[in-house]
Amino acid sequence: MANRPDVFDEMHGSGEACRSPYSGYADWFQRQGAQSLRKKSRDAEVFFRRTGITFNVYGQQEAEERLIPFDIVPRIISGREWSRLTRGIEQRVRAINAFLHDMYHRQEILRSGRIPVDVIAANAAFLPQMIGVEPPGGIYTHIVGIDIVRTGEDEFFVLEDNARTPSGVSYMLENRETMLRMFPELFSRVAVREVSNYPKLLRRSLAACAPPGCSGSPVVAVLTPGIHNSAYFEHAFLADQMGVELVEGQDLQLVDGRIAMRTTRGYTPIDVLYRRVDDDFLDPMSFNPDSQLGVPGLMDVYRAGGITVANAPGTGIADDKAIYSYMPDIIQFYTGESAILKNVPTWRCAEPDALAYVLEHLDELVVKEVHGSGGYGMLVGPAASKREISAFADKLKSRPGNYIAQPTLALSTVPVLTKAGLAPRHVDLRPFVLVSPGKIEITPGGLTRVAMKAGSLVVNSSQGGGTKDTWVLEE
Amino acid sequence: MLGKTAAGLFWMFRFLERSENTARLVDAGFRIALTRSAAAEAEWASIINTAGVRQGFLERYDAFNAANVIDYLLRDRDNPSSVMSVIGNARTNARMVRTALTREVWEATNEGWMTIRDLLKRPVSENGLPDILATIRRQNALVRGALTGTMMQNDVYNFAHLGIFIERADNTARILDVKYYVLLPSVSYVGSSLDNVQWETILRSVSAQRAYRWLSDGTANPRQIADLIILDKRMPRSLAFCAGQISEHLGFLAQAYGNEMPSHDLARAHVKRLADHSIESIFESGLHGVLSDFIGRNNALGQQIERDYRFYG
Repeated sequence: MANRPDVFDEMHGSGEACRSPYSGYADWFQRQGAQSLRKKSRDAEVFFRRTGITFNVYGQQEAEERLIPFDIVPRIISGREWSRLTRGIEQRVRAINAFLHDMYHRQEILRSGRIPVDVIAANAAFLPQMIGVEPPGGIYTHIVGIDIVRTGEDEFFVLEDNARTPSGVSYMLENRETMLRMFPELFSRVAVREVSNYPKLLRRSLAACAPPGCSGSPVVAVLTPGIHNSAYFEHAFLADQMGVELVEGQDLQLVDGRIAMRTTRGYTPIDVLYRRVDDDFLDPMSFNPDSQLGVPGLMDVYRAGGITVANAPGTGIADDKAIYSYMPDIIQFYTGESAILKNVPTWRCAEPDALAYVLEHLDELVVKEVHGSGGYGMLVGPAASKREISAFADKLKSRPGNYIAQPTLALSTVPVLTKAGLAPRHVDLRPFVLVSPGKIEITPGGLTRVAMKAGSLVVNSSQGGGTKDTWVLEE
Repeated sequence: MLGKTAAGLFWMFRFLERSENTARLVDAGFRIALTRSAAAEAEWASIINTAGVRQGFLERYDAFNAANVIDYLLRDRDNPSSVMSVIGNARTNARMVRTALTREVWEATNEGWMTIRDLLKRPVSENGLPDILATIRRQNALVRGALTGTMMQNDVYNFAHLGIFIERADNTARILDVKYYVLLPSVSYVGSSLDNVQWETILRSVSAQRAYRWLSDGTANPRQIADLIILDKRMPRSLAFCAGQISEHLGFLAQAYGNEMPSHDLARAHVKRLADHSIESIFESGLHGVLSDFIGRNNALGQQIERDYRFYG
């Protein structure tokens, strides 16, 4: 198979030889018939459909539920690579929590001048309602997803932090489940670290963050916007795997100073609410008054210490793309260490010099909206037409503060199975992190997203990207 | 359990039950149409009446012929009781209560929906009809099998069965009520034999033709047929059986929750009302009256269960 020389392929490196993490897999793969592999690939799709692992696409009311394409070739990470990644992720997550506490209390980092006040003052994700609030256990981001890309043997970059309500963990679990079902023999040949206890850890981690007043076993519930939400499958999946109730706003009510869910036997108070509803919709009395998705009075109960909300409201200031560019400073400020995982160099278009550079080099940069997500509203310079570039330049000039730009990284590739055999496709990685008092747990693996089109750098599922099982090898 | 979850389970299984009952109705109608084309139109009309969709049907069609009725009852998404509509609703409810279901029950439901949706993509030909109707019933059987084989027999199980039996009781009563005139004229004089095809239809639409053969001497006797379908507690689609099951599952809920609700009294009264009847007294006091009374009570009981267990807040 042909690799572009400037792109790092995780199976073959930059040459033809197989890199050592893949050697066990490659041995096995050689002995498989093309036909039987393609059949397995089709079986996987049937399996996903039957299980109902589907997602809805926003803005497509009539659209049927869609499957995220699943590729049967695993993405493999050595134990050594993983331990380095986890050190960097832990450091980053500690810094993010310290930053959030600081932002809603003394704002030392702003006083020190490391981050301009504007970046926070003009930030819609900053919630004044959270100022001075002490979240139970001091934890703001109970669940974090860190998006990581690779460009070489030792080159890892953090592309994005997801500190609000990161999704995708159900795919991590179901992808593994599918692989175990289809290729049991592979797992007896290659020692792969387990991911299946994530739901158990999640429940334990959430329970450990229960409010101080909670006695006995904490009542945990997952709050979903409902069955039409694009990630509904995941919400139901996690609630089921944890053995806790899946609630919607209409199931909840303020009862005797607590948030309680309506059961067949009356109202039961909730101690920890793992919410998959955005800040703005959590409580119509504190935020968007038109919201039907949240619970009136939730914020009052939260501020009084009557419930834990995970993640805490207002964590969005830690993960927007303008703050991202300051992450190395943030890590340095709160941990006293330099960042173990690098940031992708980022131009903040709000700064005139940066804007000028970005406008000059639009054809080689990736430009993103500061508050955007899901791959919407971005420009991938090298893949864009002249007309797209000039249209984007106009948008950029009219609202420069709304954008950041990054070089187009030569993301690493991992082979996928195509009709013509293995072919390299670009990937990223989202490991999932659980934070509870005194503890940070990172499940070995994560969600590998893969661009299914040759040469494409866009891995988002909303834009046709697929997923792979992610293996972390035992050391 | 969340009130919403109880509601979702109740309706998921009501809808599944309804899809099977509709399939059975169409099957019975199809048989008649095959055997005597002269009466076919009246038969199809009575099937539309039994399904309770006469008004909607007439807004769309002028004639009660096989193609129209089959399409309306199986495929039409504008018909809220069509098989296509109700299995879609069943699956939506199943998604809503996904956390209360085992993987087996969910997958059987989801797979059933996918299979039937694909089969009903195009209009159904008369040749293809028997297969499709069989598939609908088989998919339902898979869900029920997974339900009994893999689920804890707790409140989840009870609310599912309350849905099944409220729906089934309603359906059996309506089949009889639309057809009662077939049984009536001949009841008055002993020894008369019924219109064979008509009584076959009734038995077939509640899957009781085999039971009837074994229990009777094989001749069509209106009293015996009515007795089997209304009062026989051994027949899984009879009114007495359904009412008994509803009461039993409510009883399990009372045990688990430690208290009775108003629906328990209604359910007991429902059972007693049937138990106090003999088949003679039913015909004396008027079959239609008894059936209407039963349908009304059954609906009221369903609504009381929804209130008692806080389905909708």
